[in-house]
Order: sequence, then C-alpha cells, then structure tokens
Amino acid sequence: MEIPYTVAERPDTGLNNVKLGIWLFLASEVMLFGGLFSTYVLLRVGATEWPVGSTLLNVPIGAFNTAVLIASSVTMVMAYASLKLDDFSKYKTYMGVTILLSLTFLAVKSYEYWEKIATDHLPSHSTFLAIYWTMTALHGLHIIGGVVVNSYFWGPGSAMWRTKPEQFVNRIEAAGLYWHFVDLVWIFLFPVLYLL
Amino acid sequence: MSGSVEEVKQHIAVYMKVAGALFVLTILTVAVSYLPTAVPLAVVIALIIATTKGSLVASFFMHLIGERKAICWTLLLTTVFWVFLMFLPLLGHVDSIGVPKTLPNANAPAEAEAH
Repeated sequence: MEIPYTVAERPDTGLNNVKLGIWLFLASEVMLFGGLFSTYVLLRVGATEWPVGSTLLNVPIGAFNTAVLIASSVTMVMAYASLKLDDFSKYKTYMGVTILLSLTFLAVKSYEYWEKIATDHLPSHSTFLAIYWTMTALHGLHIIGGVVVNSYFWGPGSAMWRTKPEQFVNRIEAAGLYWHFVDLVWIFLFPVLYLL
Repeated sequence: MSGSVEEVKQHIAVYMKVAGALFVLTILTVAVSYLPTAVPLAVVIALIIATTKGSLVASFFMHLIGERKAICWTLLLTTVFWVFLMFLPLLGHVDSIGVPKTLPNANAPAEAEAH
C-alpha cells in the first residue's frame, strides 16, 4: 500500500503530509524547549544569587559553535536548493559539509563537557549548572538525531533520488526544517546561558 | 520554495545575505555582552538580537515567508501556548495559596480581655 500525499498536496490543507507532519512535530518541540526555558526563568527569578554565564562558561567556544551551527544551516538550505536545481553532486557536497559541521559542533561541545567534568562543574554543583547541562544535553541529543537522519539521506537514503526525486526533495526539505529548528534553539540558548 | 531555476537562484542570493546577517548578529551578541550594562538591559538587548536572528532563520531558511495558511495558523497557536508557558513562572510568584495570612486585628478581642 502506498502512503498517500507524500508528494501531492492534500486538498484540505494544501500541503503534503511530509510538510504538515514535520511542522506539527516542530510545534511539539517548541513546547518541549519552551518548558525548559520557562523552568530557567522560574529558577533564575527565584534564586537569591545567579552567576553570569561568562564566569563559568567559555564564551569564545560557545560563539564558535554558534557560527558552526549557522554555517551548517546555510549548507543544509543549499543542499535543498541544489536538488531544486537538479544538481545531485552539489547536494551530496553540501549535505556532506552539513554533517561535518554538525560533528564539529558535537566535538567542541564534548570538549566543553569534558572541561566541566574535569573541574567538577557537574549538574549537582549549582542550579545554574543543572539547567545548563539539561538544556545543552537535550539540544545535543537533537543534534545527534539530525546527524543520523542527514547521514542516512547523504548515504543509502539518497538512492531515492533516482527512483522518486520529488519525494526525496520533500524528505530533504523536512530534514532541513528540523535542522534549522535545532539551529534556532541554539540561537536562544547561547546568549541565555553563556552571556547573561 | 517554488520550482523555476531563476527563482531558486534568487532564493540562493537571499540565503547568502541572511547568512551574512546571522554571522554579524552573532558577533554583535558577544560584543554587546562585554558592555558594562545592567543585567535587565543586557537581557533585553540579547533577546532582541536573538529574536531577530531566529526570525531570519524561520522566515528565510525555513521558508515561513509565503508558507501556507495551515502552517501559519499551527505556529500561531503554538506561539499562544508558548507565551502562556513562559508566563507560568510569573503566576507561580503571584500565587498566594497556602501562604498563611493574619488579619490586622485578629488578636484584638483577646488582647482587650487580657487588659
């Protein structure tokens, strides 16, 4: 049985199911991270003292990771545009660079975590570090999920381009929307945790 | 994103401009954090810059500009719930249920009898 509306638009929503599905998923993700940001506000407002993030966290490393994630968003959208231009080899290049940039982000984040563990700055150390570890680790898990999906679409999943190109483009668009959302979350996490 | 080659190339040009703006705003975020400003003002500035960056990503990379109404309404509903979620801590602070209250003249008769 073929899944309906993977390419064609549904008459009631004007959208294919791929796009509607990913946007509904992202809406639930907004609430997931929203809950944590709300928790951050509650903890910070209720705390008698709260450290400035830059005194505990490495701002240049955080800023570098922000730039890396923005660059990966650019290469992701370029991968999608390459498919729209019917240029599969460019798609492979851009998607490959996106994956490499994602791995760079994870490597830098791992170094930061290792540094924190080495200096005993664990979640049990303070409320600030508890919320820092929770939010960045959840974000990191989303990055890992994105790397897995993007690697599949770069490798074995890309075979669909030869058989069902339109459906493949829709899949890359959905993967791209997820990736940009992950970037968007970091855009807020960085100043909130590192700078304020 | 629509399909014609010319339109896609126009989109790519926009992506590059947005990317440049995002990198500049990231530098600005870090630079502003080093200014000797009060915490409330620093929070406002940082959130304004972050919101600008987030809007650029959502509008252009996620193609929310020109997206179908079904998506826009879904996101609008999400935003309403998100705003409510962000104000929950405030409700917690103004909540006085469980906090014992003493009336100003609650012990007045007892004191009068004692005298």
